Amino acid sequence: MNNIAIDVKNLYVNFARYSALENLNLSIPGGNFVSVVGPNGAGKTTFLKVILGLLKPNQGTITIFGKHTDELSPFDLGYVPQIKTLDRSFPALPIELVSTGLKAKWPGKMIKTNKEPVMETLEKVGAGNLAKRPLNKLSGGELQRVYLARALIRKPKILVLDEPATGIDWIGENDIHKIIDDYKSEFNATIIMVTHDWEAAYHHADHVLMLNRQILCFDTPDNAFTEQCLRKTFGHVGHRHEMIFVGRHHD
Amino acid sequence: MIEAFMQSFMLRAMLAGIFVGFMSSYFGVFIVQRRMSFMGSGLAHAAFGGVALGILLNTEPLWIAIPFTIIASIGITLLKDKTNLGSDTSIGILFAISVALGIIFLSLKRSYTADAFAYLFGSILSVQTSDLIVTIILTLFTVLTFFFYWSRWAYSTFDRELAKTDRIPVTIDDYVLNILLAITIVVSVKLVGIILVAAFLVIPAASARLIAVTFFGMTIISICLGIVSSIIGLITSYIFDLPSGATIILVQAVIFFIAIIYQKASMSETI
Ligand SMILES: Nc1ncnc2c1ncn2[C@@H]1O[C@H](COP(=O)(O)OP(=O)(O)OP(=O)(O)O)[C@@H](O)[C@H]1O
Ligand SMILES: [Mg+2]
Repeated sequence: MNNIAIDVKNLYVNFARYSALENLNLSIPGGNFVSVVGPNGAGKTTFLKVILGLLKPNQGTITIFGKHTDELSPFDLGYVPQIKTLDRSFPALPIELVSTGLKAKWPGKMIKTNKEPVMETLEKVGAGNLAKRPLNKLSGGELQRVYLARALIRKPKILVLDEPATGIDWIGENDIHKIIDDYKSEFNATIIMVTHDWEAAYHHADHVLMLNRQILCFDTPDNAFTEQCLRKTFGHVGHRHEMIFVGRHHD
Repeated sequence: MIEAFMQSFMLRAMLAGIFVGFMSSYFGVFIVQRRMSFMGSGLAHAAFGGVALGILLNTEPLWIAIPFTIIASIGITLLKDKTNLGSDTSIGILFAISVALGIIFLSLKRSYTADAFAYLFGSILSVQTSDLIVTIILTLFTVLTFFFYWSRWAYSTFDRELAKTDRIPVTIDDYVLNILLAITIVVSVKLVGIILVAAFLVIPAASARLIAVTFFGMTIISICLGIVSSIIGLITSYIFDLPSGATIILVQAVIFFIAIIYQKASMSETI
């Protein structure tokens, strides 16, 4: 497994005069599950947008399986955005949103051959019953599942997830992480997941990327969730750090 | 003789009404969902500047108004993209410049023309064969966009970033949409009038939004309502000798209120 999925070299991103990402260097092997953690405004979403080709770096390079982001097919990447910007006035059904994952375009009339895989994927994420409920009537957690189905249906080599389990109840959260883990092992997919849930990061990821404008630690969960790394990334550590340690002693 | 004449102008107006009703209600769904109704208003007033220049130059106003309005629409989009002004501010500025220019142009034309009035309020009598030809060509283009652009415009209306990750050229698509919108507004102005054209674009789509659950459904319903209200409005205005634009808008308004009642009724059913 020495194929590199994502290769980042000397990457800088600025918004006007504000520098959001500074001198990132890292290589993520194919089939790896990387959790990205860091405080609000650390540049996590910005980093994902660079991977997706939505933002161009001001300096440095990023390649995905050796290719420039512009050369990728949309089907190489599955994306679950950090949901807060959804336009609730837009008339749409979950089956339509999921079908954009399959076709990379907005559906006109839904035809049967598209409906079947769409329904199957919605069932898989536990949202089969929501298929035809208007998007603007879904709760935050229900919406997250629909977006996850949209990302999974294209069977991408890389899954880019921006807080996919935020707003999902505790049982649901375990479901979601199980679905992601299963997807990873079935397709040997690379997963990049931003999360504020350190426990999820600790238990599911192969590597943890601690980000706060710069990369402060990039290591296995055991080596990354140290007091030193957390202090560098978050400034102070608080009680959650101890919770992780408690979890670790259990294992 | 008179009967035949009446029929030929009425036929022109009716055909223009159907085509213009189709286009404006089709583009209207994007206007409504992208919250661009002020853009419709702004472009209509830009059209006023172009029409006034055409009148001043003693040419067919349409030929001046179309490029004039397209430039205004590109100007608005550029101002919005290249500065951090909101689109309402960019529209407001170009809106004012165009109207100011229009007033100056008309005042330079010493013999005041009744023509300008027809453009302000719309008139069935004013639809010429040349208007009809332009309208038909534009309608053909619009129908083509249904196959090549509708899904892309819909996608970027829903979520611009998601559309971008699927390699939809959203910025170029925006320009295409705004340019077609500009031309649609100019050709609608003769029938509906500058003052009412923004409402003409928005009301069928807003009514369709109340009824539809998918964007495709909304588009189809909006187009049907747009065409039907143009036909009913033109016939009513002909029979009762009323201004065409105002009559069409009132017919649209009646449909809108029926849609509200329909929505309320179907909501109370599901509860
Ligand atoms: N389009 C933009 N224009 C200007 N500044 C931006 C833009 N997008 C992000 N920023 C700034 O860049 C910084 C990083 O933002 P980003 O969204 O990547 O944070 P994040 O780590 O995802 O935070 P959160 O945990 O709150 O989601 C923030 O300070 C933000 O204000
Ligand atoms: Mg974020």
